[in-house]
Amino acid sequence: MAQKVISKTHRFCGKRLLVVTFLITIIAIILVRILYVIWRTGKPLSKRAPQQPLSTLIVLGSGGHTAEMINLLLVLQKERFSPRYYIAAATDNMSLQKARVFENSLADSSGVKGISAEFMQIYRSREVGQSYVTSVWTTLVALAHALWLMIKIRPEVVLCNGPGTCIPLCVIAFIFKVIGIRWSSIFYVESIARVKRLSLSGLLLYKLRIADQFFVQWPQLKRKYPRAHYVGCLM
Amino acid sequence: MGEAEDGLKPKRVVFVTVGTTCFDKLVKALDTQEVKDELLRRGYTHLLIQMGRGSYFPTKSAGDDKSLAVDYFTFSSSIADHLRAASLVISHAGSGSIFETLKLGKPLIVVVNENLMDNHQSELAKELAERKHLYCARPQTLHQTIAGMDLGSLLPYSPGDATPVAKLINRFLGFPED
Repeated sequence: MAQKVISKTHRFCGKRLLVVTFLITIIAIILVRILYVIWRTGKPLSKRAPQQPLSTLIVLGSGGHTAEMINLLLVLQKERFSPRYYIAAATDNMSLQKARVFENSLADSSGVKGISAEFMQIYRSREVGQSYVTSVWTTLVALAHALWLMIKIRPEVVLCNGPGTCIPLCVIAFIFKVIGIRWSSIFYVESIARVKRLSLSGLLLYKLRIADQFFVQWPQLKRKYPRAHYVGCLM
Repeated sequence: MGEAEDGLKPKRVVFVTVGTTCFDKLVKALDTQEVKDELLRRGYTHLLIQMGRGSYFPTKSAGDDKSLAVDYFTFSSSIADHLRAASLVISHAGSGSIFETLKLGKPLIVVVNENLMDNHQSELAKELAERKHLYCARPQTLHQTIAGMDLGSLLPYSPGDATPVAKLINRFLGFPED
């Protein structure tokens, strides 16, 4: 009787050991993969057919952010970054409108019928002035919505320049890299409004090494964050 | 500019813009006699305020030889036209308004809103003020800034350029340089 109990315990222990070993292996694999992705992030793409266009996600923010982004888009070769997906906060009606005007002007000047651009709205994690406490819940909702949009888009290039909405999108792009759903290159241009300190979005993407290339517009920031590229003013 | 021969003052408009924000402190400061007198003394004839989401309405006035004409509106799709028509621009610290004004070569006073939770915007205004592209003020010190400003000492702003970023992005993605 006593022996039976012992052997049962043994068998139970053995099973538990197996599960634990399995879990440790999985975690180890994920960790190694994350470390690989972090190591690989920031290294230029090489094995790629050079003329193949890349699907591009462009994260827009209200006010100055969109103006800066459009200044950048003006000088990027449109045929290389195509199709283009624009995302702006659901509370922000102006930015997508500006992006539409920009895309229409492209279509007019190039004479190409039908533009390879899509425009989407996303819930914001935090409105200007909202407290950090209630931000937790709204951030979760924003995250779920961001995941849905990202599954649909699966971009190869992400361009963002400061609004908080880019954080969930960039984190998901990073997770896609880890899981192997889609490899993407994330470019972050810190807003011209940031002279001495990075924005929270910028700081997160810099510190977590999520951004492949990180651009700043003022020399003071380059001195503080040496991995950033100083590119002068975009405006 | 200056006064016309027949004694009729040429129209010199001060355009105030707060963008999509609420900046009652600035509108209140503009509504004080102190600021209006100072603007009149500096030769301005009209004060036009774009007050955004603010809830403080300034007192309208038709204006005459001894007082400033004051008018306001909340939003407009033709901010650019108002900027172009202005002799002096007073703006909130949003980068959009700042650079739109600087590109038009208009003299600019940026008033920093100290009520914003994440008040990073003063950084840009202060940096550009140090580089002599504009004046930077707080609502309480606006009249002093207007009294003491020397618009001739402001330096024109040369617009920036996004090609360095585009080059780096293209190189990173393995696109050939052109």
